[in-house]
Order: sequence, then C-alpha cells, then structure tokens
Amino acid sequence: MRKFFNVLIPIIFLFILWQSVIVIFDLPHYILPEPKDVFFQLINQYSLLWEHTQTTLIEIILGIVLGCFFGLGSAFVLLYFKRIEKYLLPILVISQAIPVFAIAPLLVLWFGYGMASKIVMTIIIIYFPITTACYDGLKNTPKQWLQLAQTYKLTPLQTLFKVQFRASLPSIASGLKIAVCIAPIGAVIGEWVGSSKGLGYLMLHANARMQIDLMFSALFILIIMTLSIYFLTNYLTRKFIPWASHLH
Amino acid sequence: MNKNYIAQIQNLNLDFKGKKLFKNLNFDILENRSTALLGTSGVGKSTLLRCIANLETKNISDGKIVLKEGTNIAWLSQENSLYPWLSILDNVQLYYHLKGSKSSQTLQKAKELLSQVNMSEHYDKKTYELSGGQKQRVALARTLMQDANLILMDEPFSALDAITKIQLQDLTCTLLKDKTVILVTHDPQEAIKLANHIYILKNQPVHIEEVASLQGSLPHQISNEKLWNLQEDLISKIQEKHKESEI
Repeated sequence: MRKFFNVLIPIIFLFILWQSVIVIFDLPHYILPEPKDVFFQLINQYSLLWEHTQTTLIEIILGIVLGCFFGLGSAFVLLYFKRIEKYLLPILVISQAIPVFAIAPLLVLWFGYGMASKIVMTIIIIYFPITTACYDGLKNTPKQWLQLAQTYKLTPLQTLFKVQFRASLPSIASGLKIAVCIAPIGAVIGEWVGSSKGLGYLMLHANARMQIDLMFSALFILIIMTLSIYFLTNYLTRKFIPWASHLH
Repeated sequence: MNKNYIAQIQNLNLDFKGKKLFKNLNFDILENRSTALLGTSGVGKSTLLRCIANLETKNISDGKIVLKEGTNIAWLSQENSLYPWLSILDNVQLYYHLKGSKSSQTLQKAKELLSQVNMSEHYDKKTYELSGGQKQRVALARTLMQDANLILMDEPFSALDAITKIQLQDLTCTLLKDKTVILVTHDPQEAIKLANHIYILKNQPVHIEEVASLQGSLPHQISNEKLWNLQEDLISKIQEKHKESEI
C-alpha cells in the first residue's frame, strides 16, 4: 500500500503542477491542454488510441525480444571467440556513436514503411546496453565458480551455458531494465520518420491538426506503456533471479 | 612413482604476470596425510594448489605434476563458492547436476552428507539465506559428495568468525580423516591444527621448505608447550621470509 502511495503522490503533484501552469500563465489549449481534456480524449478516442497502441506495443516487444537475442548472441561470441573480440568491440562502440535519428530515414528506405523498420530501430537502440551488460556479466563470473567448473572438467561450452550465463543474469537484468526504458524511443522515432500507424504516427498527425489534447493522450499512453514494461521487467527479474540482490 | 606419494611436482616452472613464480620446483605429497602450505598472501600457495588441480596449464612453461593413478580431486575454497541460483541440495549434487546425471541415489547421499555437516534442517533454504559458516558446511558436503581421495583446500576458513572456524575445522578433520588433504593457509595455528606436514613457501621464485612433521590424530590441540612453541617458530619463520622477499 505504501508503495502505491509512493507512486500516486508524485503523479497527483504533477497533475496539480500541470493545471497550475495553465492557470498562472493563461495558456491556450493548443499550447498546453488541461489534464481533464486529455482524460476526455483517452475516453472518447479509445478505439483509435488502442489501434495505434497495439502497433507500437508490438514493435517495442519484438524489438526488445530480437535485441536481446542479438545482444546475448554477440556477448557469447565475444567471450567464446576471444580472437575476434578486438575486431567486434570497436564495431559495437561505433554502432553507438551513430545517432539513431540520422539512420532512421535509411532504415525506412531499406525496411519499408511497415513495422520492420521500427523494430530494427528498436533493436539498434537496445543492442549495446544488452550486449555490454551480458558481456560484463559473463566476463566477471566469480573466479571460485569457474574453478569449480574446471575441477568438474566441464567443457568451455558447458561452463559458458551452465555457469557463466547463470552468473551473468543479474548483470543482464540491469541491462534489460535500461533497454526496456529506451526501446520505445526507437519505435517512436521510426514512426515519426515514416509510417501509417503507431503512437508516434498519431502524435505527428494530431500535432499537424492542432489536436494537442489527442497528442498528449498518445504521449500519456506511451509513458504508461514504458512504465508498465519497466515494472513488469523489474518484477520478473526479481522473481526469477531472487539471488541477484544478495550477491555482494 | 613412489607408492607413498599421491602427487609429485617435478621441476615445475611457472610464469605469472611476467615473473618467474616457480623455478624447477620439486615437491612430493604423501598419501593419506594432511599437508599444509603456509606463507604470506601472494606468495604462490593458491597457484601451486591450482597447478595440482590442473587449473594452471596455461602458465606452466616446463615440468609436470604426476598424480597417482586413480586420483580424484575435490576442491574446497573460501566462502561464496556455492552457486546461488541452485538449491542447497543441488549445490551438494553439483557435479551430477552439471553433468546432468542426478538420480534418487545422489539425492539420498546429498541428504545424508548434509545431515553429517549438521545442515539437515536447511534443505529448503536458498544459499543466500545461509550464514558464512553454513555455506561452508554445504561446500564441505559438496566436497565429500565427490568421493575424491585428494582434497585441495584453499583457505576454506579464512572468512569465518573465530567460533565457526573452530567448529568447522574440527568437523572437517572428522569427515576427511582418511583422505589426503592439501591445505593452503596463512594461519600457522590452523596449519598446526589440521596438518601432519607443514611447509613454508619462500618468495619468488618459490622454494618449499618442510618446517614440521607432526604425529598424532587430527585435529592437533595447541595446548601443550611444544606445539605452542612451534606456532611461535612458524610465525617468526614466515616473517623472516616475508622480510627477505621485501628486500
């Protein structure tokens, strides 16, 4: 109950602040709509918002799943094939140095206006935190756990999957928590650049028609969606890796 | 190979971080005896133990370690050697768990061993719910589960409080009575208590010197004057070696 209030109180405070800004500065609704207008839009445009939410949600979830798949795969390759580490690591860093906004039009050109380009964008955004978190976790497996595996004569591949991967789970969980928070950025940027569906598209569309309250309601859903995915990830990592917080 | 020895280190040369740690090192380990390797931190005790366990093959430049045929090695290290994602019972059956060959017999044996180390009431607990001493009891049960005849112990009690340490030292001696044990420690008192033969490692390149050979059943109680004097002697010898290495 206490946790619920810890979340509720800042939200109520933000709404009060929002309403106060409108009243104090006498802002017109096309600059900043009132919270109640946004709320009405959420009710009245329910089906429209739900339709676009589904698209963005699918893009985010597929992006996260595939991003994790490629990220974990890359980390395993980096660890297992040490010789290629020095070639692969710079590529990883370079992938982060390229601004995603700059490549978004290219991705739309290559992968089309559909979901694929947004999913690829999401994958690119979360690939680095997942790979580095997993790689660090694998590399920093406590020495005594590895020694034990060696005395049991486990093969390097068995050690990787049965010991190092399990030992790296807390680190992967940290990377995943960062990834799920930034994944929606990839999907929305992709939708801004070129799409006909999704919350990013709806926001642009509403903005062009001065439907700022609808734009805010789409934004509100995006925030709720990101928070829900984050808290779900947090809950699942605590449930399935309960030992992570007791490591040190 | 001499039949009294379980392991013989022959002309071992090992480089570690660009330095020659072992140079033509020769050292024999008697079977069914407990041997303590004593020395200051960083002298190379644990590295020598890893060499015996065949875990340091990368750094060995020359020489070999000959183990008696049929030697099975088990390893008992410091606290935190349990895998936290496994249950206590699975940790005890770790070898079988990792090899995918757990059975009702191994489960039964694991339970018996856990009761021998006074942990039968903690089957259902998670490893992170255990104290340091309890974790070491589980690790001891896991070591025994392997049915090894050579037990390598790398400062297994160093992270424990004084009372728990004494309890576990006594329990270890009882349970490992007929095994060959090599104990790495920096504590002279522990070496006297748990070993029949005590060796001191001199610093870089390492030389090994036998400083005591003790009779009587383990654990030795340091209540008589002779052992008390030996402890004083060991402390001064370690300090001497430490000063030499600093010079």
